[in-house]
Amino acid sequence: MSAKDPGSEPSLGMDPFEDTLRRLREAFGSGLTRLAEFRVAQLEGLSRFLRENRQLLLDTLAQDLHKSAFEADMAEFILCQNEVDLALRSLHTWMKDEPVATNLLTKLDSAFIRKEPFGLVLIIAPWNYPLNLTLVPLVGAIAAGNCVILKPSEVSKGTEKVLAEVLPQYLDQSCFAVVLGGPEETKQLLEHRFDHILFTGSPCVGKIVMAAAAKHLTPVTLELGGKNPCYVDDDCDPQTVANRVAWFRYFNAGQTCVAPDYVLCSPETRERLLPALQNAIARFYGDDPQRSPNLGRIISQKHFERLQGLLGCGRVAIGGQSDESERYIAPTVLVDVQETEPVMQEEIFGPILPLVSVRSLDEAIDFINRREKPLALYAFSNSTQVVQRVLAQTSSGGFCGNDGFMHMTLASLPFGGVGNSGMGRYHGKFSFDTFSNHRACLLSPSGLEILNEIRYPPYSNWSQQLIRWALDSQSCTLL
Amino acid sequence: MSKISDVVKRARAAYNTGLTRPLQFRIQQLEALRRMIQERRSDITEALAADLHKNEWTAYYEEVIYVLEEIEYTIKKLPEWAKDEPVEKTPETQQDESYIHSEPLGVVLIIGTWNYPFNLTIQPMVGAIAAGNAVVLKPSELSENMANLLATILPQYLDKDLYPVINGGVPETTEVLKERFDHIFYTGSTGVGKIVMMAAAKHLTPVTLELGGKSPCYVDKDCNLDVACRRIAWGKFMNSGQTCVAPDYILCDASIQHQIVEKLKKSLKEFYGEDAKKSRDYGRIINARHFQRVMGLIEGQKVAHGGTGDMASRYIAPTILTDVDPQSQVMQEEIFGPVMPIVCVRSLEEAIQFINQREKPLALYVFSNNNNVIKKMISETSSGGVTANDVIVHITVHSLPFGGVGNSGMGAYHGKKSFETFSHSRSCLVRSLLNDDAHKARYPPSPAKVRGGEWPPHSLTSAQGVLR
Repeated sequence: MSAKDPGSEPSLGMDPFEDTLRRLREAFGSGLTRLAEFRVAQLEGLSRFLRENRQLLLDTLAQDLHKSAFEADMAEFILCQNEVDLALRSLHTWMKDEPVATNLLTKLDSAFIRKEPFGLVLIIAPWNYPLNLTLVPLVGAIAAGNCVILKPSEVSKGTEKVLAEVLPQYLDQSCFAVVLGGPEETKQLLEHRFDHILFTGSPCVGKIVMAAAAKHLTPVTLELGGKNPCYVDDDCDPQTVANRVAWFRYFNAGQTCVAPDYVLCSPETRERLLPALQNAIARFYGDDPQRSPNLGRIISQKHFERLQGLLGCGRVAIGGQSDESERYIAPTVLVDVQETEPVMQEEIFGPILPLVSVRSLDEAIDFINRREKPLALYAFSNSTQVVQRVLAQTSSGGFCGNDGFMHMTLASLPFGGVGNSGMGRYHGKFSFDTFSNHRACLLSPSGLEILNEIRYPPYSNWSQQLIRWALDSQSCTLL
Repeated sequence: MSKISDVVKRARAAYNTGLTRPLQFRIQQLEALRRMIQERRSDITEALAADLHKNEWTAYYEEVIYVLEEIEYTIKKLPEWAKDEPVEKTPETQQDESYIHSEPLGVVLIIGTWNYPFNLTIQPMVGAIAAGNAVVLKPSELSENMANLLATILPQYLDKDLYPVINGGVPETTEVLKERFDHIFYTGSTGVGKIVMMAAAKHLTPVTLELGGKSPCYVDKDCNLDVACRRIAWGKFMNSGQTCVAPDYILCDASIQHQIVEKLKKSLKEFYGEDAKKSRDYGRIINARHFQRVMGLIEGQKVAHGGTGDMASRYIAPTILTDVDPQSQVMQEEIFGPVMPIVCVRSLEEAIQFINQREKPLALYVFSNNNNVIKKMISETSSGGVTANDVIVHITVHSLPFGGVGNSGMGAYHGKKSFETFSHSRSCLVRSLLNDDAHKARYPPSPAKVRGGEWPPHSLTSAQGVLR
């Protein structure tokens, strides 16, 4: 890193990120973020950011996604605040060395796991919960003592602006920076070396992120997606199920990575669900959902058109209306869909719910297992056995029996995918652990060398006998 | 080449039958593995002798015993590890069941390496089996005898379809990496680690990479040099230096360099006699290419001890280099041979700076009587693991995860950590369908007074109390 002559011209094609990255690395090298006090101050800054800019953020979320204050509170503010509060309460505990048990010969030693920051962390956030999915990972990365580069989504423009212009004022900017840009800039950013990358987005881009990370052997946490199946058993109260499924499906106009993507049920149950879903939709959004302040809008023209296309799959049983001027799609239920149709091939990420008929629980499980492992999986039944069977015979990031993504509200449950839906996890303490290097430490005393005698060559018959004795009588390692 | 894809397909089909789900099955396979090790001990020793000049003692006590211990420990703990782990509930979920459920990932690929060809291939396999996966093994072709042996004996004891062995060189490894796995576990070099992760990225396959680097060994002026040098010599020259967690180089004050050399020499003589070549207990370099590479690192250096080698037997004498220039080749790559460079530094701070200017190593060692020195060294550096006042032994503790950071790797294993590495921790919440009224508050339309955003909204009764 050569010193720059203040009067010199920047070189052609200079990388816009290099200076920022170098600055943050130097700050990390100074040891500033190691201190608990520093991390606490940053977390308190985040807390103030949320409180002091509440109205501004509500407005931007409304602008970006037509998010109601109610939804914004539930799925953005409160979750972020809880994470900050939990980190502030628990930081000192989380930072402590974790002592571990040792075998007999090492009893005299002190063995522990030391949690250390990785260094420079990159968080690439999506547009659907632009506050939550940016700040919750940020809490973990900061708590763990890293310097952080945040790359918010350029698609949720309002929030991007607030994160770029307002958030840095609440944090120490020597250790934190927001970078902006679209796919091209992100690709360029990914050429640089980071010490951990957390990416939330599609599996397709997840592969690109992991391949870029591979060049630098950077560990990654990938929060991806898929089609989250929702099995509805015959043994259930259809209205209760419909309330729960509808609410979690149409929340944020369906733009939720853990939303129930499609329903699997028998034809009989389908007939019971349809009127119940109709009721639920009317109850939540009124007779004209387009006028409801509680229903979101589609983020962009591109996604709107994609979803409009999906409305042509199968047959519309409920809803099906759309309005391009508002990027509005009505809460919709589709039936008679074919597996080969687009609505069953891609993650819907919109307010459209296909009901797929299966003749039995076995068929439902087969259907699920023929596909990529989803981020979430739901099973509704009065019978515990049915719920347990679905759980036991499938795999997914997370699972909820008899509700939608409630499991996300427990900080004690890790949030992450498996297979195509992702790798790694975070939330609560899992965030702290994800953004830390777990360093295995053993402090051996200098004395008592006599115990080590038997491990040194030359290895004679005598030492072999002695070792056999030592091992037989305590089954512990020699060394 | 289609044979490889058939083998993987068969493993997946076998996995999909659900055969590996019951703990009993997994334990039976682990017991069979244990029987294999006990019954075929002499075959295993012979292969290690042929590949690396190990003898009965070094084969057993430096490799095999750890695998046996891992199997014992795993069989004992598996029922506990496999249990659902209940987690703390929120006020809203008090009536529900919330827990983390461990599941197998599916088909795991384990790529072994040649320096501890039995241990580094089979020990990870123990965890993968325990977690309920099918396991495809690809032993290193450099330790040819072990590769052939494993291909012969594993199918005689374990389920042939679930745990196949694929042998071959670079072409076969490349081929196998094209297949889709649910986890890839690789032990080896940083360079190949990148290739493995790149291949894994195509399928979004999570990886555990046990790589390497230059593990520094700082020797403080205030320490018991006799003991320190003995331990360092033991860890460095075992397996002729071909150990990923061997102390790679020494950092010390110039005033103690000479003493360190003398004491290392003394220990070497105790261990291997006047002529290490004649010692039964001293290893050989794995092949000609590595022999030449390591001999090349000695060129131009100040040799305080050793420095000679014999190409025909791939023997390199235990070698100590002094006043080594940090820019020289021997300080640019992981030595992986019986050559110990000593680099002089003037203080602990300089040593720390020296270490931090380089890639994060797999292991770090510090010898001192002064706890403050140890504390400072640990706090101001980073590495996969640390042993203070000894070398290597941190990796023998079951409850300490074994893995690297940065260029030395990602992920970890050993003991329970292996089980976790090869499992998916699935977050589960199970609620009841009764009483939907309790959830009324969460459904829209939202009450008028919340719209417009007072903070916190009064209709929400607790911090977590949103989704009632």
